[in-house]
Amino acid sequence: MSTRRQRSAGGVAYPDIKGTLHERTVQALGDQTLRTNLETAASSWAAGQEVMRRDHGMDEMRARAREIRRRNIRDLPALLGEMQANVRKAGGQVVRAADGAEACRYITGLAQARGVTVVAKSKSMATEEIRLNEALEASGIEVVETDLGEWILQLAHQRPSHIIAPAVHLNRGQVAEIFRREAGTDDVPDDREGLVAHARVRLRETFAQAGMGISGVNIGVASTGTVCIVENEGNARLVTSQPRIHVAVMGMERVVADWDDAAHILQILPMAAISQDAANYVNLITGPRREGESDGPEEFHLVIVDGGRGALRGTEFEEVLSCIRCGACLYSCPMWRSVGGQAYGSPYSGPIGAIITPLLEGPSSPASRDLPFMSSLCGACGDACPVGIPLPDLLVRARARASSPATRKSAVAFRAWSLLLRRGLTYRVGVVGWRLFVRVRGTDGWVTRLPGGGAGWTRVRDMPARWPPRR
Amino acid sequence: MRVLLMRTCLSDAVGPSVWKSTRRVLQRAGVQVRVPRGQTCCAQPAWTAGHPARAREVARHALTVFAGPDEVVVPSGSCAGMVVHGYPDLFRGEPEEEAALDLARRTVEFTQFLARHDLDPGTVAAGTVTIHDSCHMLRVLDEAAAPRQALARAGCEVREMEHTDRCCGFGGVFSLAFPELSASLGEEKARDAVESGAREVVSCDLGCLMHITGVAHRQGIPLRARHIAEVLDR
Repeated sequence: MSTRRQRSAGGVAYPDIKGTLHERTVQALGDQTLRTNLETAASSWAAGQEVMRRDHGMDEMRARAREIRRRNIRDLPALLGEMQANVRKAGGQVVRAADGAEACRYITGLAQARGVTVVAKSKSMATEEIRLNEALEASGIEVVETDLGEWILQLAHQRPSHIIAPAVHLNRGQVAEIFRREAGTDDVPDDREGLVAHARVRLRETFAQAGMGISGVNIGVASTGTVCIVENEGNARLVTSQPRIHVAVMGMERVVADWDDAAHILQILPMAAISQDAANYVNLITGPRREGESDGPEEFHLVIVDGGRGALRGTEFEEVLSCIRCGACLYSCPMWRSVGGQAYGSPYSGPIGAIITPLLEGPSSPASRDLPFMSSLCGACGDACPVGIPLPDLLVRARARASSPATRKSAVAFRAWSLLLRRGLTYRVGVVGWRLFVRVRGTDGWVTRLPGGGAGWTRVRDMPARWPPRR
Repeated sequence: MRVLLMRTCLSDAVGPSVWKSTRRVLQRAGVQVRVPRGQTCCAQPAWTAGHPARAREVARHALTVFAGPDEVVVPSGSCAGMVVHGYPDLFRGEPEEEAALDLARRTVEFTQFLARHDLDPGTVAAGTVTIHDSCHMLRVLDEAAAPRQALARAGCEVREMEHTDRCCGFGGVFSLAFPELSASLGEEKARDAVESGAREVVSCDLGCLMHITGVAHRQGIPLRARHIAEVLDR
């Protein structure tokens, strides 16, 4: 077994993100296989959304989902208190972690105290956000991702490219290649069933060995202290029931009031995420195994992570806390569809990632600063969001908060712009100057090179010197 | 009926024929058009670049220039969207909030204005075109029907392209910050337009057209383009 153990213990779990955001987009655009894979995934999602709208009344469901989540966030402190009390009543333990480091310390400490050497994980963006795998591995604990997509990425040493479908940027052939390399044999089939069978055999070993299962949480139900985990593979069911200890990691905003709320969100989530009117598995977990029950873990720990979320309540960004992490805004986004999530260089990609990364990490963190600008503000994300978050408006607000050498340069340029454009006379002078410049500069009706700030334009396209343009 | 025409800075700088055509079409439909002299820009570039204070300075000027009871007609879904949707946000809690809300209520995109008042400029524009739905027209103003209706009324055949709801990648300041990504989407759009079988792409937004044709020209994709006001001004 131990090829796997040696590999993960040996080196860096994830390579560091390299280059600027702009450089990464250019690199991704040059990868034709990547673009084909992304286009296939996004188109199939879009076709599914049509069906959800037409046959399942998704548009009508949005308004109620929005209302539920706004109310949940308004009542958040009370709901978290209730959730905590009810988890404890059910025999579970609750930890409130102010940040990722605190959450990682608790989980790592718990694993060490219980003598855990292997951890089985199911899919969780919260653990990706807090870099839990790195923390556990640094303590010499082996971590095995059991979600198929996450496992593929773990083997390939890559980061997720999508909130729900982490390996959506890879095609079947690429996955087979990764499996062959990891298994050290060419004896891995190319077809879907064969690949899944291969993964199943390899991952089954893990469930037998793991002393701890770590999952994320889709929603927490305050009125009963239940965590809900939806999935399509059945691995989360094993992760949360086979090992002796189950640790559930939940972003603090993921709590709803009661089962009325939960039923609606659990329905719209798979609709928005994968265009399915129900998830294959819905796991509802209330505390650890109780007396007389035949399965379930002996210990249940709920780790609730703030990580910058609490401070967003009452701000102009509060609505991002409504997010149910369905990934619809990613699929709908022309930028995500063109370059994929890995180019973003942050755990959360797409429009929601471009907004929350600077909020959670601070606007001048290396991963944050250019992200809000990687959008044409086309609005497709706002239309796709099942809980009605005004993502385009929030992108604009995130830009106003951004801070980098580029934004400082742009602040100077727009100061001049404002001086010129707040009076009719100076504006007219500017327009006449520009038109003269274009006329002199243009050949055959087109300008092919602009200086200064216009260089970005003519690097990739021409500027019509007359309108309608000449062909 | 009397209206104020917002020329838009892009039309001033890149294609004055757009606002001039808009004026002529409106006049032919029996509308009295006044073009306020001191007008500049709706301030969208500064707002979307993350400089709301600079945007307010220029938008305040627009509030003054377009004061009065008349509807303000804009030959751009994007600029109209800025005033209709953006100004209320930009001026929230500011002394000019009332004036901003008032202008937002009075402002209307050109083809929406034609549809709203059931105006017929009497154009005969035979030919076949394809339409690019600009994102702000489609998703900020929630309008796809008005431009098609105007073209149909003029006798112009519209051949729809694939992925008509997709962004062309212009995005104002985005086009300069991420040029390659912007152009990649522009190329997809230009190819979809050509594959529609129409020889000309028409849109309510000059910004998108300037970008799409700029990419098409650089890539050698044979595509003509005109603003919808120019098509209706025959």
